[in-house]
Amino acid sequence: MKEETVRIAQLSCGPEYSGVQKEIYTAAEAVGAEVFFPDLSLSDIRRNFRDFGLDVKSGDLKLAIARAVALVEGSAEADAVFIASCFRCAEAAIVRNELRRYIHEHSRLPVVSYSFTERTTSGTLLTRMEALTTIARRRALLARERQTGLTMGVDSGSSTTKAVIMQDNEIIGTGWRPTTEVLTSADEVISLALEEAGVTREDLDAVGTTGYGRFLIGERIGADLIQEELTVNSKGAVFLADCQHGPSTVIDIGGMDNKAISVLDGIPGTFTMGGICAGASGRFLEMTAKRLGVDITELGPLAMKGMGEDVPMNSYCIVFGTQSLVNALAEGHSKENVAAAACHSVAEQVFEQQLQEIDIKEPVVMVGGTSLIQGLVRAMGNLLQTEIVVPHHSQYIGSVGAALLSSGFVEKS
Amino acid sequence: MAEVFIYPATSLILSDLVARFGHKPLGTALSVRERIQTAGLDSPPLEMTPDDAKKGLRWAAVEVPSGVRGRMSLFGPLIDRAEAAIIVRNPDFAFGCMGCARTDELVEFLVKQKKIPILELDYPADEEEGIIFVRRVKEFLTGLGGSS
Repeated sequence: MKEETVRIAQLSCGPEYSGVQKEIYTAAEAVGAEVFFPDLSLSDIRRNFRDFGLDVKSGDLKLAIARAVALVEGSAEADAVFIASCFRCAEAAIVRNELRRYIHEHSRLPVVSYSFTERTTSGTLLTRMEALTTIARRRALLARERQTGLTMGVDSGSSTTKAVIMQDNEIIGTGWRPTTEVLTSADEVISLALEEAGVTREDLDAVGTTGYGRFLIGERIGADLIQEELTVNSKGAVFLADCQHGPSTVIDIGGMDNKAISVLDGIPGTFTMGGICAGASGRFLEMTAKRLGVDITELGPLAMKGMGEDVPMNSYCIVFGTQSLVNALAEGHSKENVAAAACHSVAEQVFEQQLQEIDIKEPVVMVGGTSLIQGLVRAMGNLLQTEIVVPHHSQYIGSVGAALLSSGFVEKS
Repeated sequence: MAEVFIYPATSLILSDLVARFGHKPLGTALSVRERIQTAGLDSPPLEMTPDDAKKGLRWAAVEVPSGVRGRMSLFGPLIDRAEAAIIVRNPDFAFGCMGCARTDELVEFLVKQKKIPILELDYPADEEEGIIFVRRVKEFLTGLGGSS
């Protein structure tokens, strides 16, 4: 059955003159969505802009503000909102931030914002658009709180591939491998999970896939659910952390990019995805572990023993981060202190670059492989001044979310 | 006849005034619209590509937002050709409004760098100011040697 087209309202400044409007259309089309510009009269624009009260100078930002007010007030209708403006424009950054917050607080519309350059491609926007359409289209599925039947979730990440088998709301099998060749890694983790669960592929009622390799693996194994990691990970996180009701914040520092998601009742409201450089991701910690001569699993405990405050380290860029790392060791700082400084630096980058773009609401749940690095969790907790929740099986978050959501297809079949 | 750069470049009224007084308007005039259904107030006449933002590097450095550079790829060549300019500040949406205030600042600066005759005006607030506005535009254009 063909799914209904999701209508995404675009509030923007600059995409046409940056030459990226076509990329936005392409990304939306790829996920069965349609981007449109809420139709307003000039007098509506004047009134809505004045009422909102943010006195910006750019005409297109005034238009974006007026359109946001129209969406919230209901004079314009949409299923989701995409806010976009030029990267490096301070005026637009203020508007982007305030509009995202305004729409999130005053409506149920999912919102994603993005700052583009002329190099932005539809591929970069795809996962964000897919998440917007998933939230709009599958709200009922995302509201699912219990896993039923016997289901499997496969998460094909940039660094690792994971699989989880769940039965009657319990995890009964897991598999984990570094990602090499996407399908081979998936086959391996599926075999591991099935073996641990003591079941066969034929026994499974439904299967879900997520992560970068979701389409390839999903098609190969005939998945019932193929869904991007933003919605799936949020679901897995609130399920495992037992905070499916009310607000929460999910932070997933991945191997290649990071996700920060503001969740309400298990459904993402606003989210950001990305990171300027690998210096703000799990890659930098992997590299730090290698340079310190320890396994990545030992980095967390090592960092917990150290004090990073005395070690200058800035991993805004992975090259500068590596330089700081080498300098710190050359200056005679201990492995423990260097490990703690590296964790603090990654947490700081995520805090400065991404967490400013969403509303942080407690509980803050950290998930993904990096949530097992205690030093990183401590650093993030210190920055946010809160106790971070790391649920059990947090490294399997995507697989758990996929297994849980795919059980929505059990009854259907 | 002089080539007169107009800003806001989208102003059909300014474009018309310049042409009426015997000069060639340099702008991207849009017909007056009561409803806005496009991405921006001054959506470009043709689809632009990422290459346009790169062409804009001639007028603005890479650290300048891509939207400003894309606009400069359109307005920069017009400024280069301009022999005179009329700039209207704080125009009403209906008069012709540009989408990006940062581009406004850069365009105004680059026009002034050219040392050509420039008429700078505030958008009129009432009818009386409107009459003075048109009179000053007429005087300026007549002074450039166009037809009266």
